[in-house]
Amino acid sequence: MTVMTDPPKESFRLSMLIYDTRYRAITIQVVALLGFAAFFGWLIWNTSNNLAALGKEPSFRFLWEPAGYDINQRLLDYNSQSPHIRAAFIGVLNTLVIAVLGCITATVIGVLVGVLRLSKNWVVSRLMAVYVEMFRNVPVLLWIVLAMAIMIEIPPGPREFRGDNATASVSLFGTVAVTNRGIYVPDPKFDGGLGDLPVGASSTDAACAAYYDGSEGLVDINPACGTFQISLDFLAIVALLAGTLYISRRIKQRADDIQEKTGDRPTTWYIRLAVVVVPMVILLYLLGLYFTVPELKGFNFKDGLHLRNSLIALWLALSLYTAAFIAEIVRAGILAISKGQTEAASALGLSAGRTMSLVVLPQALRVIIPPLISNYLNLTKNSSLAIAVGYMDLTGTLMGVTLNQTGRELETVLLGMLIYLSISLTISMAMNWYNESIKLQER
Amino acid sequence: MSDISFVRTEMLPEKEPPASTVGFIGWAKANLFSSVLNSVLTILSIVLVLFVLSGVLPWAFQSVWNASSLTECREILKATYGEHHEGACWAVINDRWVQLVFGFYPPYPIDPTMYLGNPPEGAWPAYFRPIATFVLILAAVAPVLFDKLPRKMLIITAIFPFAMPWLMWGGTVWFPVAAALGFAIGYFAFKYLADIVGELAGLIIAVVLPVIWWLFLMGPFADLMQSIIALDIPVVESRKFGGFTVSIFIGVVAIVGSLPIGIVLALGRQSDLLIVKALCVGFIEFIRGVPLITLLFVASTLLNIFLPPGTEFDIILRVLIMVTLFASAYMAEVIRGGLAALPRGQYEGADSLGLNYWQAQRLIIMPQALKISIPGIVSNFIGIFKDTTLVSIIAILDPLGLTNGIRADAAWNGIYWELFAFIAIVFFVFCFSMSRYSMYLERKLKTSH
Repeated sequence: MTVMTDPPKESFRLSMLIYDTRYRAITIQVVALLGFAAFFGWLIWNTSNNLAALGKEPSFRFLWEPAGYDINQRLLDYNSQSPHIRAAFIGVLNTLVIAVLGCITATVIGVLVGVLRLSKNWVVSRLMAVYVEMFRNVPVLLWIVLAMAIMIEIPPGPREFRGDNATASVSLFGTVAVTNRGIYVPDPKFDGGLGDLPVGASSTDAACAAYYDGSEGLVDINPACGTFQISLDFLAIVALLAGTLYISRRIKQRADDIQEKTGDRPTTWYIRLAVVVVPMVILLYLLGLYFTVPELKGFNFKDGLHLRNSLIALWLALSLYTAAFIAEIVRAGILAISKGQTEAASALGLSAGRTMSLVVLPQALRVIIPPLISNYLNLTKNSSLAIAVGYMDLTGTLMGVTLNQTGRELETVLLGMLIYLSISLTISMAMNWYNESIKLQER
Repeated sequence: MSDISFVRTEMLPEKEPPASTVGFIGWAKANLFSSVLNSVLTILSIVLVLFVLSGVLPWAFQSVWNASSLTECREILKATYGEHHEGACWAVINDRWVQLVFGFYPPYPIDPTMYLGNPPEGAWPAYFRPIATFVLILAAVAPVLFDKLPRKMLIITAIFPFAMPWLMWGGTVWFPVAAALGFAIGYFAFKYLADIVGELAGLIIAVVLPVIWWLFLMGPFADLMQSIIALDIPVVESRKFGGFTVSIFIGVVAIVGSLPIGIVLALGRQSDLLIVKALCVGFIEFIRGVPLITLLFVASTLLNIFLPPGTEFDIILRVLIMVTLFASAYMAEVIRGGLAALPRGQYEGADSLGLNYWQAQRLIIMPQALKISIPGIVSNFIGIFKDTTLVSIIAILDPLGLTNGIRADAAWNGIYWELFAFIAIVFFVFCFSMSRYSMYLERKLKTSH
């Protein structure tokens, strides 16, 4: 008879850390973590040694010192006495401006080109292919510099608009002046505006009140008392827009309900359009909207909204470049939808337009959105090339002039990278959330 | 019975094919003018094409190729084509193409003060080293690209990562030899020690030994060999690098370096080991979240601060490091896409054959994953090559950076379009042929039906 014995008690040996797959994973990870920590510590140790040798204490105190330089395009109040951190913030806003403008135009152009490239029309599809290949295969920096050169070299100078025998004239019925110093377009102003809403200010403070008189922007920050005021006109427009859009949405939902019940869909597009447009027109009329037309005064145009060359060049080059990539994505997305879907839709009796909007596009969007996100991110990151044409974005302010003036390369570059990183992560989070919401709902 | 026949006895003459469905007219009718919208689009595009061509062609072809300055160019244009003709002045390319291609790389490194035309005593032909580098790149890449070429050419590919920097920078030949020796040490250590101390310990030794060699022993070894057998070529400082040479140099190094690092990062990101995965994800997302230009700022201002006091990396080397890291993060994401696209059964099949992790990766997973990711890898390569132009912002004289220098010369002050057109065409040729090659490769490797 055999005697049942307990299986031998497995004692832990040191070699099991390497040879036993149960422990090996832990060993590898601990080693990796230690290696990483050692490497990081080594970097920090080197850095502190080097900075001590240079006599620089790492500190972000310089951010609150006066910047001492001017920024030509600013969405908020800024002057050369403002602190560096404010200059950096103006730079971030400029980055966001170019990113938003660029993403919108790139999407519009890209979708158009992508669809046209699939056209059966040989001339049109070839032309679009040439556009796509031309822009995709040449560096974006070259396009930006080229666009800047075009903006400076080709349009006439303001001088040529002057006099009776002027060689240049203000185009589009005298409203848009294209000059080599930038493009001047009509500027919207409010006649009977509602005034400003001060936030966090006591109206008795004389210094604050005096400052408020002269300001006109959407949001003005008062450096004297650290408070800010918001234009009530702006708030009214935003509130009205939000309200009417909500009503328009409800009308659409009602139409959907009726269609569910009866099978007939009431035509609602003109009601929905009117609901949004008519109140807005009335509000703008009540606020006394008028446009100031650019006029030549002295050596330059005044009274219009000045779009600088650097902005236009960057915007144009980035959107055309990114549009070429988006066009390819859209094309691939549409091609990915099998022909059976279109055929089934037409068998159901849907028109070509409704086939596109109800069947093909919703499915193609699922293929299109993820690479589209990464292209938006690329555009945002490429906007840092603004430094090549002197557009004062985050790279131009914080990592450009501020770095050179203060000599704080470690702090400025790391802070700049951190800001870019958070912009990128925010965009990709928002777009991924959108992507989730349109994803195929599976069981 | 009457002889009524309903069958035709004589053949009808053949009809002409309807003119509207064949030939150019039929094709045009079906494709270009099938509807009103289509016709409008066609006419608009043709008008656009004609408009652009009518502007560009006379400018490009009724031009001047021989002149010494922009003013002279304009005078010749006036004399030849009349007062109002706007023609290109390609003379600037004719005058400066050597600079655009080689930057300020000395034609005869043996005596950098000498310029073209008067070679010093005992010098190699002008620009021998950069040209040899280009030839070496082509020879090294050819057997990888086309598998019909003799496999022996892969030896050149193996030598190339060590020979290329040596040709460009110069110095003693023992340095690249010593660097290559590090890999040999690792290989032999694994081969002979693995049987004695076990596979894993062998692997660790095979990694640690070369690192020790590279960090501490390589320099003295190269110096010693140099003092015994002096084999060196003149050193060229990297601030002399420029033009397309520097673009290609940075591009090739980043491409070659990013592929292996990218594979490792992708595997790390897919791995089950939590900390390894977190480190890889952190690295990839950080690099992908910041613009390349900020990394170049790190290269130009910060990298020397991060390294031990007294380490002096030259600027090109620092840029190479950062661009390679940048490229590998993107490469990792492309390869991860390929890994994720592989059916689960491939991993399980490899496991069921009893292959260990690295064998499975090498024999089953990677060949397929890389094949799936070819389009992404090549478009990454194109992106890296285009991004090399960004180095002009940190004052490295790539072609785009050189244009400012050329314009600063009084003779060529105010010349824009010709230089931009030349650079754009060169980049287009490189990038377009890369994308066509990737299409060819995709077709060739396609094993499905």
